[in-house]
Amino acid sequence: MRRLFRRLAVIAAVLCAMQAMAADTPPVPDTLVQRIAACTSCHGEHGEGGSNGFNPRLAGKPAGYLHRQMQDFQRGLRHYPIMEYTVGPLTDGYMREIAEYFSAQEVPYTLHDVPATSPAAMARGEQLVTKGDTARGVPACMACHGPNLTGVQPDIPGLVGLPYDYISAQLGSWRTNTRNTVAPDCMKTIVGHLSDADISAVSAWLAQRPVPADAHAEPAGSVSPPLRCGVLGGGT
Amino acid sequence: MKTLPRLFAACVMLCTAWTASADDLVARGRYLTLAGDCDSCHTARNGRAFAGGHVVATPFGAIPAPNLTADRETGLGGWTADDFYRAMHSGKGHDGTSLYPAFPFTSYTKVTRADTDAIFAYLKTLPPVKLANTEASLRWPYSMRSLMPSWRLLYFDEGEYQADPKQSAAWNRGAYLVKGLGHCNECHAPRNTFGAMVTEPFLAGGLIPVQNWYAPDLSMGPNGGLSGWSEADLVALLKNGRSQKGTAFGPMADVVIRSTQHLDDGDLAAMATYLKSLPERAPPRQRESAADAADLAKVGQKVYADQCASCHGADGRGKSEAYPPLDGNSSVVEPTGINAIRIVLSGGFAPATAGNPRPYSMPPFSQTLSDDDAAAVVTYIRQAWSNKAASVSPNDVRAYRSIPGG
Repeated sequence: MRRLFRRLAVIAAVLCAMQAMAADTPPVPDTLVQRIAACTSCHGEHGEGGSNGFNPRLAGKPAGYLHRQMQDFQRGLRHYPIMEYTVGPLTDGYMREIAEYFSAQEVPYTLHDVPATSPAAMARGEQLVTKGDTARGVPACMACHGPNLTGVQPDIPGLVGLPYDYISAQLGSWRTNTRNTVAPDCMKTIVGHLSDADISAVSAWLAQRPVPADAHAEPAGSVSPPLRCGVLGGGT
Repeated sequence: MKTLPRLFAACVMLCTAWTASADDLVARGRYLTLAGDCDSCHTARNGRAFAGGHVVATPFGAIPAPNLTADRETGLGGWTADDFYRAMHSGKGHDGTSLYPAFPFTSYTKVTRADTDAIFAYLKTLPPVKLANTEASLRWPYSMRSLMPSWRLLYFDEGEYQADPKQSAAWNRGAYLVKGLGHCNECHAPRNTFGAMVTEPFLAGGLIPVQNWYAPDLSMGPNGGLSGWSEADLVALLKNGRSQKGTAFGPMADVVIRSTQHLDDGDLAAMATYLKSLPERAPPRQRESAADAADLAKVGQKVYADQCASCHGADGRGKSEAYPPLDGNSSVVEPTGINAIRIVLSGGFAPATAGNPRPYSMPPFSQTLSDDDAAAVVTYIRQAWSNKAASVSPNDVRAYRSIPGG
């Protein structure tokens, strides 16, 4: 009889321990970062960008801009299969929350390699970014993206700290009609006025540009865009 | 002299009652279009609601879904309720031509006249959009619409749903929704050479043509694709997009977002009641595994431990409702292996729904896993724990690398 009790006690102890072990399994963290593993696995936990030059940095970009990009992928205006697939099942509210998360991240910038570029091409790149080319109808990048190229709240992204590959791929995608947005798409108009050499030059100059100490986007309303842009509320 | 005010009052009451019942009809029609998931085909991506333009890709060619708004020239403005019933019930267009079965009249024929009238009343209230329908671009010989009568003779059983008096009201309501407006069998069944769905056994799973996702068997009985699921699990999946047994993804995520999450609990429970009654299935006959499957699975076990176990568990049982179990999951062990390959490559979010507005997600592994490693880990999860499905090869992975989400 005593042996039976002892056995029962042992069994009870083991059962209790098992239950405790089960309870020890850490619960799934109820955080946004945990929820958006599909985003952070390529763009980094803080949106610092991937190591490969094509998965762009998201940290610190204005939330309106990031939200718009997700909407454009969802609506089939901007084409990149894995992004279209990933944002497909999300609500607008959730996309906004994700955009605000990445927008609020503060992480250091990394500079990427720039392909060998002739001094003449660099000079052309600098001219396009800082002054534009009035004769060809190309405004300066700085006219919209801010005097420090750090972007303008809430809808204009910064252009510093981006890899050459990403910038030239985006300019190319306006050319090949795989990146569109609400009309009028002023970036499409501008890229239409750039030559292939201009795209390389502007990408190289932007990519080598040191990131300023204060890389925050400029306050809303601090630039007067020279073109009417749908993304800035200038739609028809 | 009191007669006049009384008459007036009666008129007002009658008019109010009539308007109220018309409102009810439209509201019911709207609900039924959700149950029928109509806008998934009849609303183009970034397009106006129900104005058509979305192209349904089929193995026979592309078939654009037409404009259902009330525009007289390009939509249903010139249609009567009789015309609409004939399209839904008999698969015939306004001019009497046979419609192609990309429009699932093969299922919609089960819908009652009262319900098609309600849907039509709702569609009539949509703002008219002038958007001309484009022609289908089918390959020969499928481009010959004159073949449709033969097809209909072979594969189309016209007729409204007939209730089974031996079954409960809930069962009959569920069967009506699943077989009719829900048109579940249009995906959850294999299709024959002529694109007709196989109905025996019913809802036994099949590869969705062109989209290349495998829609699993829906039996909850022994050997069924949803074996081990409760009716509550199924309702949770349809309502929230996830359950303790599995998560909706691919085309089913879209169905949950656009259709089933909007259905009332009674209808979802009825659908589960009906699906619960599907018979048990014969034990699956799997393809033979490749000769090197055991080696592949061994490599896959390591990949799984490094990349997958932290969420899905070393035991493959998943974690809460955030990360679905892989052990016994029909989308892991389905015959083709396509679902597991594509989910490993593309990852993705569970559908965001009212019941699960901030879903968890899985990283895409297409940029980090080689074809060999992806094949290895898929083979491992298809053969680990209680799973006994055939291996997949690096070539299988290569085939689906370029089509995230389809």
